[in-house]
Amino acid sequence: MRSIVSLILLVVIAVGFGLALLAIPFGAAKTEVGDHYTANGREDTGASNIVTSVVVGYRAFDTLGEITVLFVAALGLGAVVATGSRGNDRREIEPASLVLKTGCRLLFPLILLFGAYVFIHGHVTPGGGFQGGAIIASAFLLVYLGCRGRRIGRISSTVAESLSGLVFVVMGLLGLTVGTGYFLSNFMPHGVLNQVWSAGIIPVIYVAVGFKVGSELAGVIDKLVEETG
Amino acid sequence: MSFLQSHAYYIGAFGLVIIGLFIVLAKRNLIKVIIGLSILDTGINLFLISIGYIRGGTAPIFSRPGIEPAGMVDPVPQALVLTAIVIGVAVLALALALAIQVYRHYGVLDLRKMREQRW
Repeated sequence: MRSIVSLILLVVIAVGFGLALLAIPFGAAKTEVGDHYTANGREDTGASNIVTSVVVGYRAFDTLGEITVLFVAALGLGAVVATGSRGNDRREIEPASLVLKTGCRLLFPLILLFGAYVFIHGHVTPGGGFQGGAIIASAFLLVYLGCRGRRIGRISSTVAESLSGLVFVVMGLLGLTVGTGYFLSNFMPHGVLNQVWSAGIIPVIYVAVGFKVGSELAGVIDKLVEETG
Repeated sequence: MSFLQSHAYYIGAFGLVIIGLFIVLAKRNLIKVIIGLSILDTGINLFLISIGYIRGGTAPIFSRPGIEPAGMVDPVPQALVLTAIVIGVAVLALALALAIQVYRHYGVLDLRKMREQRW
């Protein structure tokens, strides 16, 4: 009964949206905003990756909001785990096999390096702080799978998370005072296009975002492992 | 060009949304509902990306000289989806932690049996 009702509801939704989608041609010209960003992004922000110049340049304030959403989700996870923890009925952890352990030890620094590469070059190549942070968190996930029993340092991960969040806000406030007088304005020199030292405050903020996302997702993995372990 | 050819991306992405919604509405197991939410999330991300696509367009990166801004896909949906994916992961983890707590409290993951039990 319930699935029949939901099927009828879904058919109604699908027909409604299908009729609406007929009016949106696929693969046609983009919006005026997108045109403006691709045409002026290089001059305005100095970043050759226009997606980065939208995320950290034009819409940096929105990105600050997104970071806050991520932070609140991780905080909520910590609160949920902390209120329901049962304490000392922890099961004995079975050690990983030799292949997994060796692979984890070999790959962990390389994955960290790759994540750092991705978020440092966020303004010249595909990538950025969010992707690099996710890659770094995957390195920590590998540690929890391979070298069981090892944990990330609570204090160091909290310090990294808070400092990177502070760097984002302080860069924005510096733009308010030093630069052209609005929050998160790009007050540093833009430099030469397609070089690592270019695009003003964008690489600084993206490195901070990479650290923040990486430490937050690693903390999420840590809390879930603690919950089930 | 036929309707299927011109709208294949929309149909695929929206199909994922419909599948996810069906799972959320019809399934009883809490873990399956969370999987449905994840599929729904993926479908919406794909849908946003396909709205920004331009036929024959390149990625919006000036990686070498000679790339014109006119032949680029829309960067705005990509910037939206970029952050939405990471937030989706965090929200998924929050939902899973809540499911673990619910299982500890009630001993079942079945939503209908949960309703019968005393609070």
